[in-house]
Amino acid sequence: MKKFERLTAIAAPLPLINVDTDMIIPKQYLKTIKRTGLGVALFDEMRYDANGDEVPDFVLNKAPWRDAEILVTGANFGCGSSREHAPWALEDFGIRCVIAPSFADIFHNNCFKNGILPVVLPQAQVDALMKDAEQGGNARLTVDLEKQVVVGADGTEYPFEVDPFKKHCLLEGLDDIGLTLGRAKEIEAYEARVAAERPWV
Amino acid sequence: MSPKTLYDKIWDAHLVHEDEDGTALLYIDRHLVHEVTSPQAFEGLRLAGRAVRAPERTIAVPDHNVPTSADRAERIEDEQSRIQVEALDRNARDFGVTYYPVSDVRQGIVHIIGPEQGWTLPGMTVVCGDSHTSTHGAFGALAHGIGTSEVEHVLATQTLITRKSKNMKVEVTGQLPPGVTAKDITLSIIGKTGTAGGTGHVIEYCGEAIRSLSMEGRMTLCNMAIEGGARAGLIAPDETTFEYVKGRPHAPKGAQWEAAVAWWKTLRSDEDAHWDKVVTLDASEIVPVVTWGTSPEDVVPITGQVPDPESFADGKAEAARRALEYMGLAPGTPLSEIDIDTVFIGSCTNARIEDLRAAAEIVKGRRVKEGVRAMIVPGSGLVRAQAEEEGLADIFKEAGFDWRLAGCSMCLGMNPDQLSPGERCAATSNRNFEGRQGRGGRTHLMSPAMAAAAAVTGRLTDVRELS
Repeated sequence: MKKFERLTAIAAPLPLINVDTDMIIPKQYLKTIKRTGLGVALFDEMRYDANGDEVPDFVLNKAPWRDAEILVTGANFGCGSSREHAPWALEDFGIRCVIAPSFADIFHNNCFKNGILPVVLPQAQVDALMKDAEQGGNARLTVDLEKQVVVGADGTEYPFEVDPFKKHCLLEGLDDIGLTLGRAKEIEAYEARVAAERPWV
Repeated sequence: MSPKTLYDKIWDAHLVHEDEDGTALLYIDRHLVHEVTSPQAFEGLRLAGRAVRAPERTIAVPDHNVPTSADRAERIEDEQSRIQVEALDRNARDFGVTYYPVSDVRQGIVHIIGPEQGWTLPGMTVVCGDSHTSTHGAFGALAHGIGTSEVEHVLATQTLITRKSKNMKVEVTGQLPPGVTAKDITLSIIGKTGTAGGTGHVIEYCGEAIRSLSMEGRMTLCNMAIEGGARAGLIAPDETTFEYVKGRPHAPKGAQWEAAVAWWKTLRSDEDAHWDKVVTLDASEIVPVVTWGTSPEDVVPITGQVPDPESFADGKAEAARRALEYMGLAPGTPLSEIDIDTVFIGSCTNARIEDLRAAAEIVKGRRVKEGVRAMIVPGSGLVRAQAEEEGLADIFKEAGFDWRLAGCSMCLGMNPDQLSPGERCAATSNRNFEGRQGRGGRTHLMSPAMAAAAAVTGRLTDVRELS
């Protein structure tokens, strides 16, 4: 997994609430057996018309935001389907950080497994950063995971909370299967205990 | 000992390790696997030279993009779908997990066949790379969706790295009026709490109305816990649960059955357990509902009207304007005047035998309105066979319904069952998102009886007018 330490980048504004994972990447792209190359499908139905041509008004089709690495958006981002294709598509497009007032649980988890940092901030602070994002290349944001702070275009600092274990894995780019296999003895002990207590399981 | 909720009890019984910061390693009793969210996980195991730790706890079935037409066992036309199903065939064989291939009569939607085969039992932890895993909570099992990276983690270690959610109680008091179903309860709850109302929580549903539900109804209810944003939904197991489970192929037998039931009976929230959030509904006030917009929280009584976006607060007003434009609806339109093109009765929410019986009861002796495309997609091959045996299939076919084979089908349109742009559908599924059932497709969510009523009249219809 790619590490996430500190990022200074253009942020794209997407001022919609309840953006679901069907919007982030629709079903036809879920037929792949790979994780890669899904950036082209990101926000497919908002980004392209029925002929497959770009919708000029959509933010990621406009000049500065084509290079956005941060997304600023509304509450409950990533709701719906558990498809990890959503963070795969974001990551492949180049988005490494999503800032919103809240996230759906499964999407939030999936981001951390793919080197993407989801940042939760109060609505008023997201509104301020949304204004920065609307200024495109003139207002880059900085996201510092180690210090747990987002720095707005005017230097305002917005501290955020993050799960310590997930922060550690993201900073180090760790594979958590390897970590868990290090606890194989504890898993075996659990299995032995339950085999006696609840043999029907 | 401090009082515990049902969730606390299941959590404690599965804890392998917990760090001081709350990061926990939870043991997983059942891992359900389907073709769409697993290929990258199996590939990850291969690349790392890892095995599946507990193939006997891992159950795989293709469901999301299998066609529902009769010729599917010979060949899946769509190349990408075929590759995905073949990948699952191969992965199930290579890694030795239990498998129900397309050709097996027991094949069906993963959340329908898990309980049907007795894999899902009270007090278990159940995960699947699918958000509607919450369905299994109906048995008093802690069940939720996970991403593909987590699928790989569970395959390799039979555990999940997680942290404990908060406890939320949703109590539905009293008894449901006639014509009102579990689907109306679950939609009404989401209409009240919103799609993020349960975020960060595990919901336990309780109260007289919940106790009175069949297992099928309980599964419908828990299925949509995710649409309310919850990590999982739970219902404490009781005699209804035990009766459903007993005798199923993978349920415990003999002395083990007795021991299991004794433990299952302890799986209930203690009297004075702590709840972080409580929501109460009066069942007698719940009516048949439908959705008008593109979020499952956009719920109104069938007797109501399409709402005015200006009646909502800021962010929601903008979302509602966008939704009405997408849905092609004007504020103030009575719901019962909205014509539909298609009816889809199916999905992990509402494709069990009881759902088909409820639909057949409305359809019997009536015909699908001319020009309406109506399809029934049973949740499993066994549900399909039972419906044929009970004569339900004949009722549907005589009325003009298309009687399909089992799969997820038009709930998410990964297979050829899709809506065209602008096509309006009365659906028993779980999501009315933009493009969910096909690009530009317009979805109204409702119960099987309501969908059957819409098929007959060609418009959104209050089922109580027909029953």
